[in-house]
Amino acid sequence: MTGTLHLQGVSIRLGERVIVPHLDRVIPPGEVLSVMGPSGSGKSTLLAFVAGFLDPAFRAEGAVLVGDEDLTGRPPERRRLGLLFQDDLLFPHLSVAGNLAFGLRPEVKGAARRETIELALAEAGLAGFGSRDPATLSGGQKARVALLRTLLAEPRALLLDEPFGKLDRDLRQEIRRFVFDHAAARRLPTLLVTHDPEDAADAGGAVITLGP
Amino acid sequence: MLLRLAPVLTLALILAPVGAGLLGTLLPAFGILPALGRSEPSLDPWRALIATPGLSTSLWLTIGTGLGATAISFMLAVAFCASAADSRAMRRMERALPALLATPHVAVAIGLGFLIAPSGFVVRLLSPELTGWERPPDIATVKDPYGLSFMAGLVLKETPYLILMIASAGSQVPVRALLAASRAMGHAAPVAWLKVVLPQIYGQIRLPVYAVLAFSLSVVEVALILAPGTPPPLSVLAARWFAGYELDLYFPAAAAALLQVGVVLAGIGLWRGLEVGAAHLGSRIIERGGRGWRSAGIVQGAGLLAVLAGALAAAALLTLVLWAFTQEWRFPDAFPSAWSLAATGRLASAADTTGATVAIAALSALIAVALALGCLENEQRHGVRPGSRALWLLAVPLLLPQIAFVFGTQVVLVRIGLDGTLAAVVWAHLVFVLPYVFLSLADPYRALDPRFARIAAGLGAAPMRIFLAVKVPLLLKPILVAFAVGFAVSISLYLPTLFAGAGRISTLTTEAVTLASGADRRLVGATALAQTVLPLAVYALALLLPSWFRRMRGGMR
Repeated sequence: MTGTLHLQGVSIRLGERVIVPHLDRVIPPGEVLSVMGPSGSGKSTLLAFVAGFLDPAFRAEGAVLVGDEDLTGRPPERRRLGLLFQDDLLFPHLSVAGNLAFGLRPEVKGAARRETIELALAEAGLAGFGSRDPATLSGGQKARVALLRTLLAEPRALLLDEPFGKLDRDLRQEIRRFVFDHAAARRLPTLLVTHDPEDAADAGGAVITLGP
Repeated sequence: MLLRLAPVLTLALILAPVGAGLLGTLLPAFGILPALGRSEPSLDPWRALIATPGLSTSLWLTIGTGLGATAISFMLAVAFCASAADSRAMRRMERALPALLATPHVAVAIGLGFLIAPSGFVVRLLSPELTGWERPPDIATVKDPYGLSFMAGLVLKETPYLILMIASAGSQVPVRALLAASRAMGHAAPVAWLKVVLPQIYGQIRLPVYAVLAFSLSVVEVALILAPGTPPPLSVLAARWFAGYELDLYFPAAAAALLQVGVVLAGIGLWRGLEVGAAHLGSRIIERGGRGWRSAGIVQGAGLLAVLAGALAAAALLTLVLWAFTQEWRFPDAFPSAWSLAATGRLASAADTTGATVAIAALSALIAVALALGCLENEQRHGVRPGSRALWLLAVPLLLPQIAFVFGTQVVLVRIGLDGTLAAVVWAHLVFVLPYVFLSLADPYRALDPRFARIAAGLGAAPMRIFLAVKVPLLLKPILVAFAVGFAVSISLYLPTLFAGAGRISTLTTEAVTLASGADRRLVGATALAQTVLPLAVYALALLLPSWFRRMRGGMR
């Protein structure tokens, strides 16, 4: 099912300034490419380009491919790339199960829908949490629900934008493992943007550094 | 000491006339009016009301147009915000919209009439080439029996208002990130906005929506211009009876006004019920997980209708300008054949009206800003925040039909010998100006970084000096904008002026409504234009003055 995530000759400029110099990388299924750099180095800009959210002020060249499917120019909602941010962004007006249902594709209906959600929660050690208000969850639980929601949308690759940045030290390790294990199990190519060398080391894949 | 009194004084100033006014409507509705020597309760007023020919038509017209206009305005505003969320167009709109909000309802209604009437601008543009009409056709496009033009007039004004309210509520949630997360899961942006942003901000726009609903169900001045007259909407019926000179009609008028309160309360109750239903249905739809690719087009289409409404409002105002400077404009000429400054000149010679309008608006806005600042400063110094109940009390005048208490208030004003004075009109305006001024000032005042005041206190400044030398200068712009909002609200008020002024004080708005039924479009146009230009000028000053002060001082940015 899953293919590689290919950044083909990607370069991004803002006016005369080169934000991302020519980049050509293939991320194989189940592997992580970590993009490091201080804030302002353009790593989030790169991720926005891949996800399809690049601000029109930027000029970008190159292509984004999953397998041999070219995603460049498609709106974000047609790319099927799972996105995780520093904030969990769980919807506060929906229950935990409601949040997951928002991610799960509509073809799964009725009882199967409920089962899929319960199963996902149980696998993440959150059995019985479906009816809870996201606001009542701990930081780690929120992070796990956010990942589950992303995965239920069946992405073909994962894009992680400093997703562990707001977690404290102990939790960080645990959530990092949780995310990377899930990505590996589903053989998802993953693009990780971070400024923390530990994140990159734990991811175990290739590392590139963008300079300011 | 004095400061602690500010909230009490504010609420008393607003609620006393409303309370007394309501009582002054409630009692006559049941036959009691001591001033006329009636002290026996009876149901005769209601019998008289029910026996009025066409009452049920009036009632249904009121309900249909009020609910319809609110529902359409709400849907257009929501669709626009869903389609344009977080775009540059939206940010530009947010800056331009307050100008449209400053335009009084009456001016938009008159302009719309000039635009779509059988002898209006649109027919003139198309005739006789496309239509073959050499004379205005005999079609009721204005004051039509179904109240369609009346609804349109309301929608043109309320849609931009709701868009602005939604936009400012939206600044409280991370719209961009929420939409990005939803789109990454495959959801189309406009529908995702409806599913994840709207439910989070609806609580904040509930009060404005109810205010629009109450206003649309009970407005008199727009109805006088655009709604059918036989039978008229309920509020117009009541106003007609109240303003007539037949004392016996006061009783059925009070009953009609009370029925109007019932209609508004029932309308709000119905809307509340729809909210609950929509929330239920909405969460079922959300949990089904549809990506909304197909419905996105429908939402964007409705959003375009909102743009169309904006364009129509602009065209209506343009038509006002044309008429204001017309000397001769024969049907079916597309444009005036001769221009003139005569109408605006006649307006300027009626300096009393313009002077009174400006004086009342400036005084009521000034007092409202002072009281609102007092309340907010008191809240910061004594660490007391008004509960949500106090805020709803403040909003009572916006949710109650004006017709339900302006008459009772007038009776009280007569009793204390204030009716027909400038003071009475200013007070009556304050009832409506204060809530808007307070709501406009509260957020920026509370958002001011508290460390400024702490640093000043650390430098030895007393609270009063901190207030005058630190807070007021830093908040100059929002304070001036709040003044401009109050000024615009005052300019737009019709019934409070009519009743508190007791016919002795008239403003541009009462003049415009009176003239609108007459034939001289040039004078109507000039009056309505003046009514539009005044609040716009004040608003422009409110935006320009602070930056001018800054440039004088240099460096402070």
